[in-house]
Amino acid sequence: MRLTQGTFSFLPDLSDDQISNQIEYCLENGWAVSVEYTDDPHPRNTYWEMFGNPMFDLRDAAGVMKEVSAARTTFPNHYIKVNAFDATRGVESLRLSFIVNRPDPEPGFGLVRQEVDGRAIRYTIRAYATDQPEGERYQ
Amino acid sequence: MTGGAPPADRPLDLAAALAESGVDELLATLDAELVGLAPVKRRIREIAALLLVEKLRLQVGLSAGPPSLHMSFTGNPGTGKTTIALRMAEILHRLRYVRKGHLVAVTRDDLVGQFIGHTAPRTKEVVKRAMGGVLFIDEAYFLYRPENERDYGQEAMEILLQVMENDRDDLVVILAGYKDRMDRFFASNPGMSSRIAHHVDFPDYGQDELYAIAGLMLEKMQYRLSDDARTALGEYIERRRARPSFANARSIRNALDRARLRHADRLFGAAGEPLSREALMTIEASDIRASRVFSEAAATAEESTP
Repeated sequence: MRLTQGTFSFLPDLSDDQISNQIEYCLENGWAVSVEYTDDPHPRNTYWEMFGNPMFDLRDAAGVMKEVSAARTTFPNHYIKVNAFDATRGVESLRLSFIVNRPDPEPGFGLVRQEVDGRAIRYTIRAYATDQPEGERYQ
Repeated sequence: MTGGAPPADRPLDLAAALAESGVDELLATLDAELVGLAPVKRRIREIAALLLVEKLRLQVGLSAGPPSLHMSFTGNPGTGKTTIALRMAEILHRLRYVRKGHLVAVTRDDLVGQFIGHTAPRTKEVVKRAMGGVLFIDEAYFLYRPENERDYGQEAMEILLQVMENDRDDLVVILAGYKDRMDRFFASNPGMSSRIAHHVDFPDYGQDELYAIAGLMLEKMQYRLSDDARTALGEYIERRRARPSFANARSIRNALDRARLRHADRLFGAAGEPLSREALMTIEASDIRASRVFSEAAATAEESTP
């Protein structure tokens, strides 16, 4: 099951040129771009691991692309996303975040039912991948 | 008959390509705004020509790959190394060799870290910032300290070397520094020297050139010299050049700044009289002749003739 988180996630995977153009757009707007990775695809897993520091004062997408390709070589079977942070006063949050690398295959999520308080049922989802310990998912 | 010649034989319009790129204009402003520096300008012209021809070659399907444009600027203090580096970024941008045309000026401090493992991320960050533009490393010889073999400068240089080799299309590295020290630096780092295609030496300015530079600076600051002051400035430059701490255009700029101080002080001293626009603009001979250069020269002259 394809993970749909962040911008462009319902589109086919972006090519490197397309990623580079998106980053270029971010840099033109003066946003700080960073790269993050994780192997826990749960939608509530908001804070992914940082791959290096966020990159400030960049002018050209080549610098970020280098970082993206470094992240891909280090974590070929992880989710990797590119974030663009807008530091403008009053905004101070992510403007754009999109996945640039995903493991293959993506097993998806299972529905978990929990019986509570008599016959009431609570539902939640759990990623199949997280059955394995961290670092051993998506081999 | 076949219709049209194959593209390889169509005559290419070099003049049109030149006009389109705006290089001529750029070289003209360079000539107008920067005095002297003939070898530097010649090299810039050569690079511009090479990049243009390369573009034309590409149109007919000939390709030699992008040329390596890393440079080293050597010369005495105040010969315009930094100024040219700034221009270089703009020129290369006009020629579409670099994509963004900004200049990131750094020194050893910005590249070398303070503890183990600090240098590589620091250098890489600087390199990433410079991508699409020009990385200007001032006083590059400080990167290499032969007396300390555990110096982190070595690490920064290794990363730079790698970047200069692998990311040639992403950034241009310009190293600058004083001639003798740079020569020693290159002698002990042959890898660095061989990766730099253009070693440009900045000559010292002559008397007339310095005078012309002073004229340009005054024009920019919206001052003018009285006729006496003109002669005084000529003499000043002559004496200043003979002194050991002479730093070419930088010395001239400092001298003019001090003349402005004295000019302001003189106007202050003459308070009460109405000031004209002319008086606010004009530097008199006395403003220049009050310089230490003149008084010391007079003193030594007295000593030598007892």
